[in-house]
Amino acid sequence: MYDTSDIRKGLKIMIDGTPYTVVEFQFVKPGKGAAFTRTKMKNLLSGGVIERNLRSGDKLEPADVETKTMQYLYQEADSYVFMDTTTYDQVNIVSATIGESKDFMPENINVEVLFFNGRAVGVTLPNFIEQAIVSTEPGFKGDTSTGATKPAKISTGAQVNVPLFINVGDVVRIDTRTGEYLERLSRA
Amino acid sequence: MNEQAGLAGRRAALVGRARVVRAARAWFEGEGFLEVETPARVRAPGQEIHLDAIPSGAGGAGEARWLVTSPEYHMKRLLGAGFERIVQIGKAWRAGEVGPHHQPEFLIAEWYRAGAPLAAIADDCEALVRVAARAAGVDLVGDPGRVPAPPGARSGGQSPPPLDLSRPFERTTVRDALERHAQLELDGRESVAELAAKARAAGVDVSGRTSWDDVFFQVWLDRVEPHLGRGRPAFVFDWPAPLGALARRKTDDPGFVERFELYANGLELANAFGELTDAGEQRARFVAESATRARLDKAVYELDEKLLAALPHMVPTSGVALGLDRLVMLVLGATDIRDVVAFADHEV
Repeated sequence: MYDTSDIRKGLKIMIDGTPYTVVEFQFVKPGKGAAFTRTKMKNLLSGGVIERNLRSGDKLEPADVETKTMQYLYQEADSYVFMDTTTYDQVNIVSATIGESKDFMPENINVEVLFFNGRAVGVTLPNFIEQAIVSTEPGFKGDTSTGATKPAKISTGAQVNVPLFINVGDVVRIDTRTGEYLERLSRA
Repeated sequence: MNEQAGLAGRRAALVGRARVVRAARAWFEGEGFLEVETPARVRAPGQEIHLDAIPSGAGGAGEARWLVTSPEYHMKRLLGAGFERIVQIGKAWRAGEVGPHHQPEFLIAEWYRAGAPLAAIADDCEALVRVAARAAGVDLVGDPGRVPAPPGARSGGQSPPPLDLSRPFERTTVRDALERHAQLELDGRESVAELAAKARAAGVDVSGRTSWDDVFFQVWLDRVEPHLGRGRPAFVFDWPAPLGALARRKTDDPGFVERFELYANGLELANAFGELTDAGEQRARFVAESATRARLDKAVYELDEKLLAALPHMVPTSGVALGLDRLVMLVLGATDIRDVVAFADHEV
């Protein structure tokens, strides 16, 4: 068991049967009362954030969670196959667990897979990926309007809005958290 | 970052701090207060259950000495001798308190007005916050008299909202604040079980809370405190009798005591009492607190017989302790106490 003196950012604990990770905490001592720790925690399954005021000395159950770096290999029916980059073990993760992450999860990319009680429950992509454009309309020569964009597709099939000067085969950097184009890295 | 760069970066905060402390001293002098210095190493550092003193060797008779958690007891001995308006600006120490609003060594302003009601101390606090803001360069005359929010968070925390000091501070009571923010009606005479039942009915999880103050503060922290003093400082008067400490009971409502706390932008700035001068009741509270300390395996301090002997000589008096580091934080818009001291505890 942990107690409140173990609280730090990233500590994984169980609250009402659900794993949480501590994202923020603050020592407080209200009105001559006992010490408490205001603790903001993120639900590792849903991503929702809750706040709990824990009294100094409260016991906390550790959550049996771990993250492993795994390489995404290929899709197989409704699941995705990943390989542990250190042990080479393979696991299948169902599409529902991966959610929208699959839009920016090209084959062979390394991701962080979260395991809870030995079961994969979530996938975190790197913040940025570099991908070649597989289809887009050609830009219009002479168009100098700034900020104008057009739709383009990457190998995962996801659509990204890119500047007009981007062509098929250009490699671009994309922020996986927002789905936004950031910059062109190389030309076709 | 190396130490030189870190300290150099604190220059503006240290200049602001020095101005605030200097202005506070001048204000007290103008109000007719005598500035006093009482011992830092004492025999009885304060009985409160949730304060832990730092040991400081032995005294002349070989007795245990402790660093003061506040200068209250010795200042009351001066009041018992007829001193009427006294202030002390000095360090106090509390073991184990480290956080964005806490340092084990901190600067306290403690003052007393003999013969004055608690409201006079609230007026003092209100005046002092404005004095500090002016000293820190905040324009209170112009529109709208606000402490500006700092550009970005200084210490990784959230920036506080701008603070409006142009209007009178809010004055509310514990009972009203609980009713408003927690939908809980308090009469101050509940047993622990009755208070816990009210808390559960209000939707607060108090499992594992077994003492009156733990149940109360779970509700307070979960529901009330985040709303206090946001954008405008707020006094919260009339604390329930079980949280009385050294305050006297209200004559018209014995479930509550003469006590206020001042909140501003999430900071607990000051705690004030209409001082208890009944030596019999004070002794009974000390004995009960000592017993609780012993039960919780905390250090038990000697009863301060000299304080108890002085109490009957005090006229009805009101007094307050105000955290000066926090006042500096407030008027500089700092979010971490370590940003307004030259050396934080971990930098010693």
